[in-house]
Amino acid sequence: MGVINGGFGGRHGSSDPRLPPGQTHVYDWPVLSTGPTPNVDEGRWSFTITTEDEVAHRWNWSEFQEVGVEDIVTDIHCVTHWSKLDMAWRGVPIDRLFEDVETSYDYVMVRSYGGYTTNLPLEDLLDGQAWLATEAEGEPLTPEHGGPARLLVPHLYFWKSAKWIRGMEMMPLDDPGFWEQNGYHLRGDPWREERYW
Amino acid sequence: MARGTLLVMTPSRVRWHLGRVLSRQFETESAIRLELDVPTWPGNVAGAHLDIRLTAPDGYQASRSYSLASSGESTRVVLVIQELPGGEVSPFLVRQLAEGEEVEVQGPLGRFFVWIPAEPEQSPVQLIAGGSGVVPLFSMASAREREPKGADFRLLYSVRSPRDEFFADELAELSRTIVEIVHTRESAPGAGRPPRRLTREALAASTFPASLSPRIFVCGPTPFVEAVAGWLVELGHDPAQIRTERFGGSP
Repeated sequence: MGVINGGFGGRHGSSDPRLPPGQTHVYDWPVLSTGPTPNVDEGRWSFTITTEDEVAHRWNWSEFQEVGVEDIVTDIHCVTHWSKLDMAWRGVPIDRLFEDVETSYDYVMVRSYGGYTTNLPLEDLLDGQAWLATEAEGEPLTPEHGGPARLLVPHLYFWKSAKWIRGMEMMPLDDPGFWEQNGYHLRGDPWREERYW
Repeated sequence: MARGTLLVMTPSRVRWHLGRVLSRQFETESAIRLELDVPTWPGNVAGAHLDIRLTAPDGYQASRSYSLASSGESTRVVLVIQELPGGEVSPFLVRQLAEGEEVEVQGPLGRFFVWIPAEPEQSPVQLIAGGSGVVPLFSMASAREREPKGADFRLLYSVRSPRDEFFADELAELSRTIVEIVHTRESAPGAGRPPRRLTREALAASTFPASLSPRIFVCGPTPFVEAVAGWLVELGHDPAQIRTERFGGSP
């Protein structure tokens, strides 16, 4: 719109080429969630993928540990305008969890303990793009950051990286999840600034 | 892929607008109340927020989210912005942005941490604020004030000292919200009691009990929200009735 705020210098903290438009580099790790932090202990944690055949692929915590983890270094981008660069994560690749899953559906509803949901195209979760993360910066994920396990989809805005994940349900259409029903974009690509709709 | 689906959804109400600063007034020593005239603003519900985008002369841009203190149809929107020491945007907004100057704003944003009077409401509404987290909750209490009938409202406001209170005059005049202010560091002169940190017991004594199934909105810094939301669950409140918003914006 061509407005210039003449007195605004700015720290040019958004000049790093790794930062998508409208994002600012932060060094702390802000917490955002919609309600109380659920207490999910590893003993009662499980993760289930459900398909149109109602076949459930389910892992409890110890079975999940056997799937095999990867170390990832990646940037994360929150729709509230902060990005955190070069974060060290450890998690199970979603590709591994889908190895035995047969589905003709293209979309996934992610479900969390506490009731949170978010929708993604399956193709945003495969091919080395997404993990179920259990550690960040060398420590187990704390409950407020989604522990014991959260989704990690760093190429989309971070509300897609659901905390306290408990399952994925395949769906034929891209039905909106929690924030997507509340004004946020269906896909959320930070490089296209797909924040709101 | 998602684009085809988008077309059949509700058309977007969120867009960029141009706002002009009508007035600026210090709310506390380190917070500014800005009234913006936004001719194209579609109105907003109580609890909503907006993004402000600043553009430096060299083209550099920075954006931040701020809760709206105002709600309703008006094209005049009110923000109260706390200066964050060492921050990039808030010191400019608090200290430098001049009356008459224009800023870009995007919104209204947020459809979850909001209160809409038209919704039929059986249960009371409990608002719990930590520090400058009072802004969206004040907006809800103000919206309730404009309604002749509706849910019972209570606001519990935890703030460091009387000098740090936002909306001190307006809160004192609310007739449809019971307001209780807890000073955590410094009491009002003659208050007769020392400053105190909010505890679970104090929270229980100053809020609607779980037996009334209140809808609860909690807004403040993360440690405050974590503690309060945890206590509320321990006190028997249904987690599904508790909505939280933390500094850093939403979601």
